[in-house]
Amino acid sequence: MLRAENITKRFSGVTALDAVCLEFQAGKVTAVIGENGAGKSTLMKILSGVYPDYEGQIWYKGNPVRFASPRDAQDCGIAIIHQELNLIPYLNITENIFLGRELTTRWGTLDKKAMRLRTGQLLDRLNLSISPDTLVSELKVGQQQVVEIAKALLIDSEVIIMDEPTSAISESEVDVLFRIIADLKKEQKAIVYISHKLDELFKMADRFVVLRDGKSIESGEMQGMTHDDIIRKMVGRAVHTIRRQAGFLSPKPLLSVENLCLKHPERTQENQLKNIFFTVGQGEIVGIFGLMGAGRTELLETLFGLHPKRTSGKIRLDEQERHFKSPGDAIAAGLALVPEDRKKDGLVLGLDVRTNISLTNLNSIERNGLLNRAKESKLANQYITDLNIKTSSERQTARNLSGGNQQKIVLSKWLATHPKLLMLDEPTRGIDVNAKNEIYKLILQLADAGMGILVVSSELPEILAISDRILVMSEGNLTTELPANASEDEILKAAIPQTI
Amino acid sequence: MQISLQTYRPVILKFQSLIALLLLCITIGLLSDKFFTVANGWNVLRQISVNICISVGMTLVVLTAGIDLSVGSVLALSGAIAAGLLRNGIELPANNLYIGFTVFGAIVAGILTGSVLGWFNGWAITRFKLPPFVATLAMLTIARGLTMLWTEGFPITGLGDSFTFLGTGWFLGIPLPVWISGGIVLVTVLLMDQTRFGRYVYAIGGSESAARLSGVNINRIKIRVYTLAGALAAVGGLLVTSRLDSAQPNAGTSYELDSIAAVVIGGTSLSGGRGSILGTVQGAVIIGVLNNGLVLLNVSPFWQQVVKGIVILLAVIIDKSSTKGE
Repeated sequence: MLRAENITKRFSGVTALDAVCLEFQAGKVTAVIGENGAGKSTLMKILSGVYPDYEGQIWYKGNPVRFASPRDAQDCGIAIIHQELNLIPYLNITENIFLGRELTTRWGTLDKKAMRLRTGQLLDRLNLSISPDTLVSELKVGQQQVVEIAKALLIDSEVIIMDEPTSAISESEVDVLFRIIADLKKEQKAIVYISHKLDELFKMADRFVVLRDGKSIESGEMQGMTHDDIIRKMVGRAVHTIRRQAGFLSPKPLLSVENLCLKHPERTQENQLKNIFFTVGQGEIVGIFGLMGAGRTELLETLFGLHPKRTSGKIRLDEQERHFKSPGDAIAAGLALVPEDRKKDGLVLGLDVRTNISLTNLNSIERNGLLNRAKESKLANQYITDLNIKTSSERQTARNLSGGNQQKIVLSKWLATHPKLLMLDEPTRGIDVNAKNEIYKLILQLADAGMGILVVSSELPEILAISDRILVMSEGNLTTELPANASEDEILKAAIPQTI
Repeated sequence: MQISLQTYRPVILKFQSLIALLLLCITIGLLSDKFFTVANGWNVLRQISVNICISVGMTLVVLTAGIDLSVGSVLALSGAIAAGLLRNGIELPANNLYIGFTVFGAIVAGILTGSVLGWFNGWAITRFKLPPFVATLAMLTIARGLTMLWTEGFPITGLGDSFTFLGTGWFLGIPLPVWISGGIVLVTVLLMDQTRFGRYVYAIGGSESAARLSGVNINRIKIRVYTLAGALAAVGGLLVTSRLDSAQPNAGTSYELDSIAAVVIGGTSLSGGRGSILGTVQGAVIIGVLNNGLVLLNVSPFWQQVVKGIVILLAVIIDKSSTKGE
């Protein structure tokens, strides 16, 4: 269906893609696999017309093509569904689907009836039973994704590229997505599927293409491959997955939370967190598992002093009761939070590595009210070495680093405050296997050194790999507490909402 | 040719506004023999010193991804308050009280006025989560109205030699306004480059949520930034009032536009987080030289405005294309 030959793309001296050859077949799901920075997104941007200048040749249905713009690629039948969804929140589903391709009556006015009808048909085909007039802002992330797919179907796309489609949706929504993909396959569409979650690929994909350092390493049938095979091809060598040795019992409690409640910002009768009790000991890693909307992120935010006016209950740190009015208070008391969205909340992307690392910690490099640049660079370089951050220098802009290295910068800026309790929200989201393992290793080291650690994750293998104790949340409740050797079934059962 | 252009590209990009300024000066110098004279040089610097005061404050505001439309009105009110107090003092006939003001007292009162108005901007923006555009637009009318009330619509004149010295005097062969604006630039460069406050301003503009999670008190920093912008506008107001020996009720009208132009030409991003004080100074100098050159070349004032607009467009287009790769 779509074939690329010797695609090379350079960005001001850096070769992002180096003679990449690959092929996507009709009626097949092809997984594009590679570490961060392997060139996946650059390749997808070329295939979807975002980068019109490159070397090499693309063949589409046997004809040579060169897309000048995304619109050009769409008109040919290639649609891409980005990781960050591109819908306009205050327009309804119909208006979003037809954006830029509105149907008009012969008077030149919008033919709303026809568009609404067509949208209804598309949503039916995708099993989304929602009115076409619903505002996109009222949809869940998973439903918005379905709308994006409907948009691709509207223009009769033959090739549908999905970039990390499951990174923001819940398990049940993933099932819906997989069903849709299976249907599209039957309709002889070529699906290109990019994901870091290997389990998904084994479930979904027929074929794979591995990219490494901008080169296409190998492609073939998914059948017969194992986890380890794929990982070896991605990183070029076998990777040993980290696992916490045995459940560790902490001698001293560090954080204890009693009856913690968080009111809903609009509906003040409702609570987003409901009577939460738990403790974290010194040197202990406590994992919190929950599906989307379980209140995991809200719990960390509340502990960190982000919602002081809506919080009730007791938070004790080192046996002292604390009421944090702002993150500043929490940091001063020895808390640190590595947030879920590192690009928006974790880093100031436009500033350099050095400035990002010192941001939490400027008083330590200050003398007579002035900042000491030399001391600042020293601090940054220390963490660049310790955490093995791959950057040209401490002056490099954070935006230019890969996801794994960016996350290490976020970790550095918090380690620089020497926290007692480190809270991590989805610490390895969108990070490749190698960097993931490095981060796990670091977390284990920190715990061994006596730091209390609270990890929130929606990835079960991650929770199981590093936790001493597992807390499960569902709909704002802490439903259960399990030992480190709990089974996946037990955890999932506690995480699934009881009320529908 | 290709290779040499590639090698020098970073250098050209770094100094692009300086290069533009140089080209501008050479062109005007070739067309008019009055341009490259010492007297004209001081003249240009003295003219732009007011804009520099305002634009430095505007740069801070824009770096936090905000905007301050009220600086022109704040300038007028601060100048008028200082002039009014200096000339008439405060009379409270009911208490049989009269408070007179020295030049120093009037200057302090003027700067205090600007600071309070700026603080109010910052407070409204952070307390009620108002868009800075709206809050400062409101202040633009409020401060202008207060100026009209205070002056009753007439200029306040006859302020005395020691006050007018501020705007017209010389010290060590350099005009006093140039000393003042130069000092302000120096101090703010230090503030932005070497202190925690400056760092936080850049961090807030780059990503407010990341700064908040890093423990930065966003509201406090923003209020300080707007207060500083108000105070600097007041300094501009004192310079204007003193140079004219008169506080005009409509002084400073549309000055906010000139200062935003200087900020933008200087390469500061209106979406915040990227830019510098020195860039803004270059922007202000470019506008000043352009104004001066067009007057020397006898270009009609109507055409001057057109040319200025085109220069702003060009500056931003060049800046955009040079940062595209990032």
